[in-house]
Amino acid sequence: MTLPLDSRETVRFLAEEGYKYGFVTEIEAESAPPGLGEETVRFISGKKGEPSWLLEWRLSALAAWRQMTPPNWAKLRLAPIDYQAISYYSAPKQKTAPQSLDEVDPELLRTYEKLGIPLKEREVLAGVAVDAVFDSVSVATTFKEELAKLGIIFCSIGEAVREHPDLVRRYLGSVVPQGDNFFAALNSAVFSDGTFAYIPPGVRCPLELSTYFRINAAKTGQFERTLIVADKGAAVSYLEGCTAPQRDENQLHAAVVELVAEEDAAIKYSTVQNWYPGDAEGKGGIYNFVTKRGHCRGARSKISWTQVETGSAITWKYPSCILEGDRSIGEFYSVAITNNCQQADTGTKMIHIGKETRSTILAKGISAGRGQNTYRGLVRVLPRAEGARNHTRCDSLLIGDRCGAHTVPYIETRNPSARVEHEATTGKISEDQLFYCRQRGLGEEDALSLIVNGFCKEVLKELPMEFAVEAQKLLAVSLEGSVG
Amino acid sequence: MGLPLLAVEDLHASLADGREILRGINLRVHEGEVHAIMGPNGSGKSTLAAVLAGREGYRVEAGRVFYRGRDLLSMAPEERAAEGLFLAFQYPVEIPGVNNMVFLRAALNAQRRRHGESEIDAGEFLRAVKKKLALLDMDEALLHRALNAGFSGGEKKRNEILQMAILEPRLAVLDEVDSGLDIDALKAVAKGVESLRAPDRAIVLITHYERLLEQLAPDHVHVLNAGRIVESGGRELAAELERHGYAFLGEGT
Repeated sequence: MTLPLDSRETVRFLAEEGYKYGFVTEIEAESAPPGLGEETVRFISGKKGEPSWLLEWRLSALAAWRQMTPPNWAKLRLAPIDYQAISYYSAPKQKTAPQSLDEVDPELLRTYEKLGIPLKEREVLAGVAVDAVFDSVSVATTFKEELAKLGIIFCSIGEAVREHPDLVRRYLGSVVPQGDNFFAALNSAVFSDGTFAYIPPGVRCPLELSTYFRINAAKTGQFERTLIVADKGAAVSYLEGCTAPQRDENQLHAAVVELVAEEDAAIKYSTVQNWYPGDAEGKGGIYNFVTKRGHCRGARSKISWTQVETGSAITWKYPSCILEGDRSIGEFYSVAITNNCQQADTGTKMIHIGKETRSTILAKGISAGRGQNTYRGLVRVLPRAEGARNHTRCDSLLIGDRCGAHTVPYIETRNPSARVEHEATTGKISEDQLFYCRQRGLGEEDALSLIVNGFCKEVLKELPMEFAVEAQKLLAVSLEGSVG
Repeated sequence: MGLPLLAVEDLHASLADGREILRGINLRVHEGEVHAIMGPNGSGKSTLAAVLAGREGYRVEAGRVFYRGRDLLSMAPEERAAEGLFLAFQYPVEIPGVNNMVFLRAALNAQRRRHGESEIDAGEFLRAVKKKLALLDMDEALLHRALNAGFSGGEKKRNEILQMAILEPRLAVLDEVDSGLDIDALKAVAKGVESLRAPDRAIVLITHYERLLEQLAPDHVHVLNAGRIVESGGRELAAELERHGYAFLGEGT
């Protein structure tokens, strides 16, 4: 069969084929008591039936973590987190699941409606206990078989450890080592599960990959781990996240994403993050501390990050590229919105090691309400990076007069032939712009949405088409109530 | 003559800082008419346009405005627009990243939705726009650029008239649509406006100069000074102003 490009269509198409496989209940669920020590790590590793090398790997991460302190250089205000009060392994809770959409918070449903989320997906996203979960499992399995014909491996990290231990062992931690930073070390010690993808030499993945399609994204773990490898000449586009707001019991999230691009390989990684941002007063909300890094290992390889960050109370995230292969390319396209009391400190690092490496950074920050938005980026050119080039542009848009936008660029070049350019602008949505739109007949919120989407256009066009349309609506929903 | 399309009665308005700009405006505009409002800088011409369109930052102290029999001042700006009130801006606003044509279509559809009509078909819309472009001697490339961003003065003014042509208002208030234009651009704008004269549409031209009026032949000319209409007459009044300036208005200029 041929694989259509629109993944949502694929879901429908495959879903219609019906279930080929039953639902296998995992080992009876248990939760670990709160606290983090060697016992916890052994418990998690044991639950997952991991080989001893991985247990050792986790334990060395724990040892590193114990020597570390949380970073405090970001422009974020938050109370200290008690890491011993958190439970690091918990089974999925089912007894509290609503039985139908009638039992779901109407506010949440109203948002789904605005985002145009298909009905079936709404149930899954809202955590309704329905057969749709079975659907997604079976769909994902069918999908995987199609990919397998091309030699593409796409499965959970847990499964990859069992089925493809050599690949995992070779690449896990090779981009973000266990002791890289406080949150990466924590993740390495206790990661629950995540995604593994391997694209063999010369293969262009014909579909946008996403974690079990986006349906299962609602089940994202607290300490997720993603590893994507594009072998020589391979190409893949991966989508993470979901435009729908996600409810999550876990306040602290610390994910790690590692990308490896070998010679002539290309990886495009797109994220839409819309976790619970807390209420208008800043109560609740997810703390999102993520380490994302790509390694352009081979010559002429390319890694491109695109992110639309609208959720979470705290976002601490710097998707980066290590440009080691000669003439390799790194890109970072970002839209970050902070409304109400949200805080985001996000940006990228572009490390130029190889000759004639190029990087592009385009960051758009939007602050509304009392939101604080910081772009923090590093461009480093090492001595061997003859002819390296970087272009950075950071634009900030302010809505109202109680929010803040900050730009913190670090530039270090140790090769005189390098060309590094940095531009930054800060603007305000003016009354004039809003009035102009309203005079032509657009309502206030439509006007705001139009202006903001115009501001973000260059980033949104980097998203896969289907995502881009949803992202536009998401921007509008995220800024509701910020004018008037 | 029937009910006026627009009836302004003893309108007083001031800025947020309390300065009174409009001091008792009376004006009646009927369908099919073209009115010109002239007057020196600071006489309140643009304030009148802004208050009619519902711009924030002005306080109406007294008076009433009826538009198509409704209390205009109680309506939101977008509601006024949907009811057919169009303001051509003296300084059209730049909105980066928003495609000119996408904006115009969004505006048209927003108005249609308010009337319970379906959205316009993309092909139909494009054909309508192209027809109007020729009329205004406008470059098609402008359609695909960001709204007013980097447009020349003449391009901005033509774009305002293009929007008017597509939105088909009942009452168009053109605020200094002739300012800053060279003679060719002025002719193109005047030709565009002239083509939009219609029996069921009224046009209010706000201008400093007579040259636009030579081409558009208004039915009524009003002279605004210090927040009041001090003279009203036919076309000959504009010519007189051109000859003598505003000096004859005496004190207050």
